Amino acid sequence: MKQISPDQLKDLIQGLQYRGYITIGPTLQNGAIVYSEILDINDLPIGITDSQKPGHYRTTQTNSNAIFNYVVGTQSIKRFLYPPIQKIFSAKFTEKKIEIQELDKPSQRYAFIGIRACELEALKIHDTIFSKSEFKNSRYTTLRHNSLFIAVNCSKAEKNCFCTSMNTGPEVKYDYDLLLTEINKNERHYFLLEVGSEKGEDIINEFDFSDADESEINEKYKVIEKTKSQIEKFLETDGVKESLLQSFESPVWDDIAKKCLACGNCTMVCPTCFCMTVEDYTDLERNSAERIQKWDSCYTLEFTYIHGGSVRVSVGSRYRQWLTHKFATWQEQFGTFGCVGCGRCITWCPVGIDVTEETTKIKKLSQLQTTSLEEL
Amino acid sequence: MQAMIPSSYRIQKFIKETQDTFTIELKSIESKNGFTFEPGQFNMIYIYGIGEIPISISGDPNKSGILTHTTRAVGIVTKEMAKLKKGDIVGIRGPFGRPWPVREAVGNDIVIVAGGIGLAPLRPVIYHVLENREYYGRIILLYGARTPQDILFRKELEKFRSRLDIDIIVTVDRAIKGWTGNVGVVTTLIPRAPFDPINTIAMICGPEIMMRYTIIELIKRGLGKDKIYVTMERNMKCGIGFCGHCQYGTEFICKDGPVFSYKEIEHLFGKREL
Repeated sequence: MKQISPDQLKDLIQGLQYRGYITIGPTLQNGAIVYSEILDINDLPIGITDSQKPGHYRTTQTNSNAIFNYVVGTQSIKRFLYPPIQKIFSAKFTEKKIEIQELDKPSQRYAFIGIRACELEALKIHDTIFSKSEFKNSRYTTLRHNSLFIAVNCSKAEKNCFCTSMNTGPEVKYDYDLLLTEINKNERHYFLLEVGSEKGEDIINEFDFSDADESEINEKYKVIEKTKSQIEKFLETDGVKESLLQSFESPVWDDIAKKCLACGNCTMVCPTCFCMTVEDYTDLERNSAERIQKWDSCYTLEFTYIHGGSVRVSVGSRYRQWLTHKFATWQEQFGTFGCVGCGRCITWCPVGIDVTEETTKIKKLSQLQTTSLEEL
Repeated sequence: MQAMIPSSYRIQKFIKETQDTFTIELKSIESKNGFTFEPGQFNMIYIYGIGEIPISISGDPNKSGILTHTTRAVGIVTKEMAKLKKGDIVGIRGPFGRPWPVREAVGNDIVIVAGGIGLAPLRPVIYHVLENREYYGRIILLYGARTPQDILFRKELEKFRSRLDIDIIVTVDRAIKGWTGNVGVVTTLIPRAPFDPINTIAMICGPEIMMRYTIIELIKRGLGKDKIYVTMERNMKCGIGFCGHCQYGTEFICKDGPVFSYKEIEHLFGKREL
C-alpha cells in the first residue's frame, strides 16, 4: 500500500491523460455530483458533501478539503460504457440493397476516478449481461476492456445506502485497477493507494510514491468501519426471491401504484438497469436512415406494446415487473441480484418510494400467507 | 454487434392471403447460402426508415433458398409492409429463438392447434412433419378462424388434406352462407380429435386466451404438461436478450422462447399484465 498527497493525485491524473486516457471523475454540476470529464484535480468536488433521504438530495459546500466526501452521485458510470443514446447504424436505401454503415469500433479509453464498491459491483453485473451471454454487446465489451478503474472506499454513508445488505460494499475488495482511501485527519490530508491489477501496477510504476506505514494502513480500516457504522438501511435478502415470485397477485402492488408516478426515474439512475429501445429516423426524403438505441424504462406504457395494446397497463404491474426483476427474476437470468444497494432509486424517486421497505412488506405478507394458523 | 445489423432481402412474391393478412417470399441479396432456420423461429424484419418488428417464419424449413413470412397488417410496420410488392427490399436479422420440438416429437402423434394468424408459425412444422412423414404417428391439425373468409392458406390446407395421412379439422367462429363445416371455437374440436394422449406432442399458437382453453382441453384428454407447447408473443426490440422488453417472469421470450412447454411457464401463464 502506498500513500500519496493531493498533489500526487494531481500528478496521477495528469499521468493518465498523458497515456491517452479520458479522465472521468465526479464533478459538481447544477448542485449534484455528476461523472464527467475532468482535466485537473480542481474539477473534483472539493469540500462538497451530500445528504440523501427518500426523495431528497442536496449537496453542500463545507470548509473541508476532502474530495470524495459524498456517497454516490446522480448516475453511475453506466452512461459512458453503455451510453443513453447510441447509434447502431446508418443506412442508405438504393435500388440494389439497403446499404448499412456500421459504427467504427470505439477507440476511446476511459479512466474512471472515484467509483465506489457498489458501482464496481454493478459493472460486474453488466459484464455478465453484455459480455458473457450468447450474444455479445461488442461496444460495451471493448469500452470496458479498455477502461481503467480507480475506485474509492466510501468515507461516509447516507440514509439510502444499503450496500451491506446486498453484500456489495462499502469496502472495495476486487475488480479495481487502483484503489484510493481518503484520509483527512489531524490536519493531514492524504490518500492510501492500492494496486489491484497489472494495468494499475504499470501506471504506478511511473511514479515514486512512498509506502504507507502501519498506522496509515490502519486508518483505512477505521474509515471503512466508520462508514459501515453509518449505514442505517437494511434489507434482509433471504427469502426475498421466493416471496416475490409468490406475490404476483399481492395487494401490495396496488398500494404502491397509488404513490408511484411511473416516471421511470429509478430505472434511469439505476446502475444495473439495461433495458433499451430502438428508434429509426429518416431524412424527409427517406434517402438515409439511422437506427438509434436508447435507454428505456419498464415503467412506460409503450414498453410492452404489442398489437392491440400494452401488456402492463396498470402502474402496479409495471412496478411489480421492476421490483421482481431486481430482486427475483434477475437471479434466475444472471445469477445475482439486479440491485447493488446504492440507494439511487430511493433518492431520486420524486415520491420517495423505498425499495427496501416495499420488498420487506411483500416478504412479510407472503410469509404470513404461507404460515399456518398455529404458528401465528 | 453483428446480430443487430440487418441484411438485405428482395421480395420475390407478394401473396394476399385474406382480407388483412399477406405473405412475402424473400431471397437474400447479399448471400447465396440461403436461409436456414428451424420451425418456430422468428426474424426481425426491418422496413427501411419505418421500423423493425419480430415475425415468425412461415415457410418450408427444407427450402433454404426462399424465406417466407406471413403476417397481418395491424401496426405501423406491418401496415407499411402490406404496401410492398415484388422487387422491393427489406432488412432481415435472424433467425432467433427456440424452435418447436419437432425432434423431440419423433415417434409421437402430433396435434397442432392454431387460431387465426397463429397458423403461420406452425406451418413450418406441418411442412417438416409431412416431409419426414415416416418418423411421426398421426398428425392432426385443428384450426380455428373467425369466418370462412379468414381461413389462412386455404388452398394449401385443402391440398394437405388430400394426402390422407394428415387430419385437418377446421372450424369458424361465425359461419356465412355456403359454409357447411364446423362452427365454434377451436377448443370444441379437441375432445373428439383422433390422437393417442399417451404419445402425443401438442403445439399451440393463437391468442393467449385461446391457448389457455386449448391447454385445459388437452390436459382433460390426458396430455402431460410437458407434452404441450405454446409460442408466446411480447414486444421485442432486439431479439437477442438485450432490450428487456420481452421479459415474461424469468424468461426472455426472444431467446428462452418463443416456444415453451406448458410445464416451463405454467406458473406464469394466464397471470394478468405479466
